Amino acid sequence: MPISLDAYLGVHAQALALQGKRSEVLATNLANSDTPNYKARDLDFRAALAAAATPGAAGAPLALATTDAKHLGTQVNGTGAAELKYRVPLAPSLDGNTVDVQLEQAAFAENSVRYQATLTFLSQRFKGLITAITGQ
Amino acid sequence: MPSFKIFDIAGSGLSAQSVRLNTVASNLANADSVSGDPASVYKARHPVFQAVHAALQASAASAAQSGGGSAVRVAGILESQAPPTVRHDPSNPLADAQGNVYAPNVNVIEEMTDMISASRSYQNNVEVMNTTKDLMLATLKLGQ
Repeated sequence: MPISLDAYLGVHAQALALQGKRSEVLATNLANSDTPNYKARDLDFRAALAAAATPGAAGAPLALATTDAKHLGTQVNGTGAAELKYRVPLAPSLDGNTVDVQLEQAAFAENSVRYQATLTFLSQRFKGLITAITGQ
Repeated sequence: MPSFKIFDIAGSGLSAQSVRLNTVASNLANADSVSGDPASVYKARHPVFQAVHAALQASAASAAQSGGGSAVRVAGILESQAPPTVRHDPSNPLADAQGNVYAPNVNVIEEMTDMISASRSYQNNVEVMNTTKDLMLATLKLGQ
């Protein structure tokens, strides 16, 4: 096929993976909403997507420098692990927990809608491709 | 696709919250179980939650892959060390030589609020599971 499927899908494929990852982080926050000393975390989506779209860029801090031919490179393909940041708590509770349940619920709902939007974009791309293949 | 790990995480939240509901039920049921001996009287029980960090369990590489999602577990159940309530009730067959009985140190109001909190957290985790399931099913239908 003369066109690259990766280029055709654009940023949506990586966005989908990152949104899936972010839902895991937010689910962790919600599960630990009553755990003493648990610190809420979130994914910096903009930075993570920039790092995923351009591997090896300044925003991809996970890659180790390979200064010798025998060094093994560590390539983490935009899993967003390095972009995990701790939330700045609005009202930390006495037990050291910084999960704000309402905020996490809102973020989870927002992330779900964004995920579905990305799915719709991807679905349209595939439909366009099928239209081009079948010519109908 | 959201990883299947979310079901583990939300599931651990469900089980931890149900342990909490269990202790609330036990505390409320025994709120009036008096005893003639301060040492043997029922003591309020509360679970201690702890985050299970994936980074500590697996290798660094797989922890980075997993994005650091951590489940929750019940580290233990602590008995409240607050002194029992002493009540003078000589007619009670359990009363000691001074005519005192000892009531548990259960704070019923605290238990009721704890129950509401546990119930809300449980519902949150169920909602996370439902949403994740819907998203995964939608992903499976991609391109059809």
